[in-house]
Amino acid sequence: MTDIAKESLSPPRSFLSQDAIQLFYRLLAVLLICAVLAVLNDSFLSLGNILNVLRQASLTFFIASGLTLVVLTAGLDLSVGANVALSACVAGTVIHTTGSPALGILTGLACGGIVGLLNGIMVTALRIPSFIATYGMLWVLNGLTYWYMAGETLHGFPAGFRQIGSGYLFGLPIPVYLLLVFLGIGTLFAQRTIWGQEIYAIGANPVAARLSGIPVTRRLLLVYAVSGTMAGLASIIFLSRLNSAEADIGESLTLPAIAAVLIGGTSLFGGIGTVFGTFIGALILTLVLNGMNLLAVSANWQPLVTGIIVILAVWLDMKTRRRGQ
Amino acid sequence: MREAAVVSQPNPLQRIPGVAIVLGALIVLFGAIAPGFLTPANLSNVLVQSTILSMLALPMTLIIMTEGLDLSMGAVLTLTSLCVAIVSLATQSMLLGLGAGVLVGAAFGTVNGWLVAILGIPPFVATLGTLGMAQGLSLIVSDGQSVVGIPHGVRDIYSATLLGIPVPIVIALVTYAAFHGLLYHTRFGSYVFALGGNREALRYAGLSPNKLLIAVYAIGGTMAGIAGLLMTARMNSGHPTAGLGLEFDAIAAVAVGGTSFERGNGWLLGTLLGVIAVGVLRNGLNLISLPSSVQVASVGVLVIVALFLDGLRSRA
Repeated sequence: MTDIAKESLSPPRSFLSQDAIQLFYRLLAVLLICAVLAVLNDSFLSLGNILNVLRQASLTFFIASGLTLVVLTAGLDLSVGANVALSACVAGTVIHTTGSPALGILTGLACGGIVGLLNGIMVTALRIPSFIATYGMLWVLNGLTYWYMAGETLHGFPAGFRQIGSGYLFGLPIPVYLLLVFLGIGTLFAQRTIWGQEIYAIGANPVAARLSGIPVTRRLLLVYAVSGTMAGLASIIFLSRLNSAEADIGESLTLPAIAAVLIGGTSLFGGIGTVFGTFIGALILTLVLNGMNLLAVSANWQPLVTGIIVILAVWLDMKTRRRGQ
Repeated sequence: MREAAVVSQPNPLQRIPGVAIVLGALIVLFGAIAPGFLTPANLSNVLVQSTILSMLALPMTLIIMTEGLDLSMGAVLTLTSLCVAIVSLATQSMLLGLGAGVLVGAAFGTVNGWLVAILGIPPFVATLGTLGMAQGLSLIVSDGQSVVGIPHGVRDIYSATLLGIPVPIVIALVTYAAFHGLLYHTRFGSYVFALGGNREALRYAGLSPNKLLIAVYAIGGTMAGIAGLLMTARMNSGHPTAGLGLEFDAIAAVAVGGTSFERGNGWLLGTLLGVIAVGVLRNGLNLISLPSSVQVASVGVLVIVALFLDGLRSRA
């Protein structure tokens, strides 16, 4: 794991690293939730439901994985949900007008990436605090998307394109394969590349990072652009799975993505956390929401539960980590 | 960098240009291009429609002065507006409805303050969590439906006049006077300045910064409760998305009004002018038939520009 992150943790010599212990608790939580749900509801352990949970978790994970990198630098990207909506609507329009899914996918990714880059510019060049800059971006994107769509819904996409979100390969949904690919890329990038390590360093101590010659501005731009591009990717999966695009599809996506990052153990104060943790976080959140669904709790309860989980996750993280000031 | 505590009222002459120029420019612009903008009826309409926003933006100024933020205000207002609608419908009493709204708002504000002050959770995440909770509760109590058929007394608050002045404007002026008195002429006000500028000084003075911080957030929630009554009166119903994004307009008004996000000094009159500027912007865009989506995006741009300029001023 990361040296920089380790140094800021208090117990000096223990058999297992604190990161491993944190991960162990979270895996235990996954098993516990699964056990409870399996007892409460017969259909929880059905193959259909498990695949459904995995597919759902992968959608949250795509958005949350890019967001993890932003949070590792002690920033936040509140615009991801609105970015998904705009990218989906733009990509949908391109597919409809040109008939080419490939062109649509590229446009969706590019649209997400450009929005992310603009966030990065606001945070670095304009030096606006990230949570408020991306919150401003959220409303700008919301406005643009509603104006662009003018109340219309795009639907009906080529069958091949719809396979991305709803198709199966060897019995597993295709988003699950994409999940494994991006989990691997994200983990390798964060833990095994110099750029990844520099991102941890910037989050742990931006001044020290700058003084030790890390190009902080360029790394931050990269991180926000990646977060935006992952939102673009999520928009493609959504478009393909829902087979339609509407201006409001992003509204309920931001809070769950932030929840997944925080449940996964990434610290809001930067420098601590892993992409794999975020995957576990997405899994925990999805299991809870899926369980509520199976137990016939109205979907109206989901924002309330997600909000409580966000606060609990931050509080538990601060309690257990006991970071030195 | 934190500066020394500013306990006196900042010199308004240094600030007037920023927000006055924005407001003046918007009025000249829409006076030129928007038909019917400069009529007395429309201008009075702008002021009446800005009332609810002013009741969120004034406490938001105090919260931002403590280097905090309250993203939950719009969602809490939605919830309190629904509480007003449901309780006044059930009891046929506007006062009980108002009481329920204020109680729920104050409870949310206190929880926000507790999460920020006692648990030490960063304000933007703590209030993002309570935003989700308030949104969820709004959906649960309303089952996603509008609450209609509320007593006429509630609706009349919004349309009545007092000595020829619309009641909402009277309420806004009273609110402004109360906040002005609280911030600039009471000890509590000086403590609020110190919360942003010099928290250590409060501790040395034997005061509890945590309790003061909770009080500031609780005031915000309480005001959202009172604003909930006006929102219900204005829409003549309770609606589960009534306050969606209003916290953002409030943040915009505070930012345009010249309260610094980095230095902990606030200016209430600036916020009030900022509220009117946001109201003029939305009204003007509406008059030239641009949809509300464009208004939302414009307010977003306004915030980003204002914060950029605030950052420049802080570093100058």
